[in-house]
Order: sequence, then C-alpha cells, then structure tokens
Amino acid sequence: MTVTVTWYLLLGAALFSMGVAGVMIRRNALIMFMSIELMLNSVNLTFVAISKDLGLIEGQVAALFVMVIAAAEVTIGLAIIVAIFRKKASANVDELAELKG
Amino acid sequence: MTDYLWLLVALPLAGAVVNLFIGRRLGEKVAGWFGFGIVAAAFLIAFFAGVGFLGGDKLAETVLFFSWIPSVGADVAFLWDPLSVLLTLIVTGVGALIHLYSIGYMHGDARFPRFFAFLNLFIASMLILVLASNYALMFVGWELVGLSSYLLISFWFEKPSAAAAGKKAFIVNRIGDWGFLVALMIIFATFGTFDFQTIFAETPVLFGVGAGTITAITLLLFVGAAGKSAQIPLYIWLPDAMEGPTPVSALIHAATMVTAGVFMIARSAVLFDYAPTTAAIVAVVGAATALLAAVIAVAQTDIKKVLAYSTISQLGYMVLAVGVGAYSAGLFHLTTHAFFKALLFLGAGSVIHALAGEQDMRRMGGLRKVMPVTFITMGIAWLSIAGIIPFSGFWSKDEILAATFAKGGWWIGLWAIGIVVALITAFYMTRLFVMTFLGDSRAPEGVHPHESPATMTTPLIILAVFSAGIGGLNTPWQLVFEHYLEPAFAGVMHPAEAEFSTLFWLGAVALLVAVTGIVIAWRRYGRAELPAEDGSFWTNALGAFGVDDFYGRWIVAPGRRVAEWWASVFDPKVIDGGVHGIARLVTGSGDELRILQSGQVRWYASGVAIASVVLLVLFLILGGAF
Repeated sequence: MTVTVTWYLLLGAALFSMGVAGVMIRRNALIMFMSIELMLNSVNLTFVAISKDLGLIEGQVAALFVMVIAAAEVTIGLAIIVAIFRKKASANVDELAELKG
Repeated sequence: MTDYLWLLVALPLAGAVVNLFIGRRLGEKVAGWFGFGIVAAAFLIAFFAGVGFLGGDKLAETVLFFSWIPSVGADVAFLWDPLSVLLTLIVTGVGALIHLYSIGYMHGDARFPRFFAFLNLFIASMLILVLASNYALMFVGWELVGLSSYLLISFWFEKPSAAAAGKKAFIVNRIGDWGFLVALMIIFATFGTFDFQTIFAETPVLFGVGAGTITAITLLLFVGAAGKSAQIPLYIWLPDAMEGPTPVSALIHAATMVTAGVFMIARSAVLFDYAPTTAAIVAVVGAATALLAAVIAVAQTDIKKVLAYSTISQLGYMVLAVGVGAYSAGLFHLTTHAFFKALLFLGAGSVIHALAGEQDMRRMGGLRKVMPVTFITMGIAWLSIAGIIPFSGFWSKDEILAATFAKGGWWIGLWAIGIVVALITAFYMTRLFVMTFLGDSRAPEGVHPHESPATMTTPLIILAVFSAGIGGLNTPWQLVFEHYLEPAFAGVMHPAEAEFSTLFWLGAVALLVAVTGIVIAWRRYGRAELPAEDGSFWTNALGAFGVDDFYGRWIVAPGRRVAEWWASVFDPKVIDGGVHGIARLVTGSGDELRILQSGQVRWYASGVAIASVVLLVLFLILGGAF
C-alpha cells in the first residue's frame, strides 16, 4: 500500500475540519487559538503535499509565508488574550460581547 | 499695443478684488481714487491701442489669450476691431467719469469701497462682453453684466424696494438670457463653432436671404437683446432699477449695460442681414418701445423715472436703427446717448444730492441760481436729447430717422412714429428741465440747495463738452464715424441712403418738431403755477399704463401659484417623502438585522465558516463539478 498525495490531502482536510470545529465550539480563547493554528498548519500540509506532487516550488514558498504570518499572529493574539485576561480574569470569549448590536 | 489688451479686463477685475478685500482698510479716499484710476488707465490703454483704427489702415485682429474649449471655437480671445474699440472707449471713458463722480456722490456711505468694487466688476464684465471674439465668451460677459447690475441696483439692500428692484432686473434679464442661450445652441448646431468670424464668413455660403434657421437664431438673439436693452416686452426692469444709487443709473442704464443688446445685434449684423423678417420685427419693436416709453415719460414726476423712460425710448431709436440696417447710425446714437444720458443722470444725481435726497420734480425748481454748473451742463444735455442743432443728439437721431425714411414703403410709418417720439421727447425733457431749474424754488423749508463738489461737477463738464460737440463726428458732410466703423460691417449690405436734399428736409422737419415740443412744454410749465396733472391720461401714464400690474396678474401670480404647489405639495410629499422613505427603510432593516450583531466571536467565526462552505459549493456547481 503506497502512500499517495490523496492521503496527505485527506489528512489536511481532516485537520482543517477539526480546527474549524474547535473555533466554533470551544469557548476558551486559548483553545480557539490553538484551533486556528491547526487550520493554518493543515493548509501548510496541503500546500507542501501538492507542491511535491506537481514538482512546483510555489507551494513550499506559500507554506513558508504562512509560517511567518502565523508566528506574527501568535505574538499579537497572545498579547491580546493576556490583556483581556488581566481585565476580566477569564478567557471565556462568550463573556466578551461588548459589541453586541 | 494689442499685447497689453489683457490689462483692459485684468485692471478693473484687480480693482474689484482689491477694493472688495482691503478697501475698508484703504479708507474712502484711496479706495475711490484707486477705483477711478484703474478704469482711467484701462481707457488710456484702449485709446492708444485703438487709435490706429481712426486712420483706416489698421486691420482687425484677434488676440488669443488661451484656448478655453478649442473644439467649439470658444477661446478666451478678444476681437479688436473698430466696433469693439468704440464700445471699449465708451465703457471705460464714460465709466471712468462716473467713477470720479461717485467719489463725491457716495461720500460717507457705509459701504463705499464695496460700491467701487462692484463698479469695477461691472466695467470688467462689460469689457468681456464687448471684446469677446466668440458668442460663448460674449455670453460669459453677458451674464457677468447681469450679475453686477443686480449687485449695484440692490446696493442699498436695506430698502426692500431696492432689493426687489435688483431681483426684478435679474429675473427679467434671465428671460432674455434664455433667448440668447437657445440662440447659441442653434448657432452651434448649425455652424459647429461659436467664433464670430467663422460664423459670419459661413453664413453667406450656407444660407440664402430669409433662411428659416437664421431667422430663428436672430429672433432668439433679439429676445436676449430685448432683455438687456429694455425693449417691449422686457423693458419693465429698467424703471425699477432707478432704486440703485444715481451713478449706477448713469453707468448701467445709460452708458453701458443697456447698450449690450444693441451692440450684440450690431455684432451679429451679418446674421440679421440674412433675416429680413427679424430685422423688420426688430425695427417695429424698437419704434413701438420708443413711442410707449416716451408717452410714459411725459407724466412721471420722479426726475429719475423720467430719465429711465427716456432711456428706454432712446434705446428704442437705436433698436429701430439696427432693425433698419443702419448699424453705424444706431451705434452713433448709442455713442451720443452714452454721453448725454450719463450727463443727465449725473446732473439729476447732483440735483438730488443738493436737495438732500428729493427726487420729486414738483418740489424742485429755481435751482439755476444755486447750481450754475449743473444748470448749464444739464441744459446742454437737454438740448442734445431734444434734438436741437448743433448738439449731438440732433445728428444721431436725425441719421436714424433718415435711414428709416430712405427705406421707403411701410417703413415711412416707422419714420412717422420716430418723428412723433422726437416731439414727445422734446416735450418731456423741457418739462423736466423747466420744473427742475427754472421758476421759483418749491423745495420744502429747511432744505438749502448747494452746488456739488468738484469731483461731481468735473465729470459733468467733460460730459457736457462731448454731448455738445461729438455730433460733429458724423454730419451729412463729414462721415468720420461711419468710415471708422466701415471695416466692422464689411460683410453687411449698405442701408438705403437718402439724397442730400431729402436729408435736408428730414432734418428740418425733425428740428421743427423738436422746437415745437420745447415751445409747448415751455408755455405749459414756464409759469409760476404748475398745471394740475390729474386727468385720466396723466394718472394712467404715471402708472406706466398698468403694464407692471398686467405682468403681475398674468405672469407673476400664476408663476407664484405654480411655485407654491411645488413648494407645498410636491416638495413635502414627493421629495421629502422619498427621502424619509429611504431613511425608514434603512432604520427598519437595521432593526431587523441587529440580531446578527451578537458580539459573540464564535458566532462570527461560524458565519465565516458556513459562508465559505456555501461559496465553495456554489463555485463548484457553477464550475460544472456536479
């Protein structure tokens, strides 16, 4: 049984779906954050798999970009979560509904 | 010299700007003399740049400043030819004298610098109008003249009557402007350009005499001319415009603005030449206006109203002349009239000034002793407008009448009307002169008339010299003026000319009629007691035969009702209703949609996720994947 590119794509899709479900279901800001990371990395996996399959370098370049941006996003996101935690002593995003219309 | 022509407009415009913004800081003396000096400078430039035309060897030239709308031949360019030079000299020359006069007349007025700013603006506008090399630029000047006349007529806007008069002048002129504008559209549709010289060169190529297009264009142009030059049925704004300060009356309603219509017809002479029907209508309207206004002038008691109706009447003569095709005669009368009518207005202003604002001639009289300069200069103007040889009015008026007579046929009827008008003119001007200056003073107690200051009498003297002598420019023996203008009307048919002996008899008849008018008026008013003037003719003529009421009832009142319907029904229901409807739609839908804005991050994230899936499915379907 050979491992084809389809396997990688299915794994990426599964990881991405888990990430989406995590963001939609969990209330803890940190867990949501980790779910987002999961989504990003599942996309990275897809990129690299397809890049290898087609013999193109662009997919790997895109994956590198995503990593850089994810790093920046983590920095800012964690800072925001820490700030919110200091103010509310809670990481429950459902309590942050000040912008309700 | 034509390199400096841009200064003609730039100088008065700069004067207006300076006086408007820092005039108050300059003080009355500087502001006034500055306003005067700048117009005088423009006059000198125009004189030295235009003096070459007198010799007859200088050619007309177009001075281009910059292309405005090149594709339609509308450039900011001046047409420097004998016609525009003549008008420029009148506008700046008489204009400068009126500026000088205003220094004395407006002394102590709270808005003195602003007055000079408006006067300068007016001169600049009028110069754009007369110097334009195409109809588009002429229209710009035309509208600016309308604007500045509005500003000047309602200069004393605290008086409701002055504010109303300004509005009336502006609105009535708009009707004429409408005609001018539509004429411009047809001109452009026909010729594809606004440029005078192209249009006039192409007219004979494209059209025969009496062509319908040309008739339509000229009729609409005449509507515009009737508005500015106060002809039937649009003359009603001019008498009201006497609400402005007297120098304004002299500037706008004698020397410059009202001549714009006559000038425009003269400029379009080629077009009118190809539309004999229009020309006949123009002549008839001119004669009718001359007669109607002269009759109304007879009964007026306000000295400025007499002069106002007399202006309308004299403009009727000019319009008659251009209708007859005697353009140089019409322009000659325009020139002489500019001098003697400006003189009459300024003299009247001097009288009003002396009597502390009194304008009713029944409370004047006996002023010859206290105001010798005004008396003598006004006397010259009186003889000039009445048509007494050798004063200027005789020569110019006679030339118009002779040209009308020489056309023969039914035109002799117009000549007869002209003669009757001459009789009435002599009568009412004598009435004005005798009631104002002769006899004993009828001024109320406590008013001490005095001669006006030198700034006011100097212009009077200069204008009087011209009023007396300028007629010599164009006598049957020596047609200096006509030869001077000949190049400007090179493409125009020459009007019929009378034999010298006929001219002599026509002149004699006109002179006889003028003397008759003077004698009748002198015998009637040269007595200690003024004759009672309360018959039905006098009251009707004093009320200008109810033309204003007629317009009020049949045009203004229905117009007001229509406007009220729009204001009270259409505006609140349809316009406001539409606006409110949109506002209600937005608030209503906002109320319904606010539940989406829950503030829950997970809610939004779900929205994004679901929408992504929906879009993905949609694209797959559209792309033919299923």
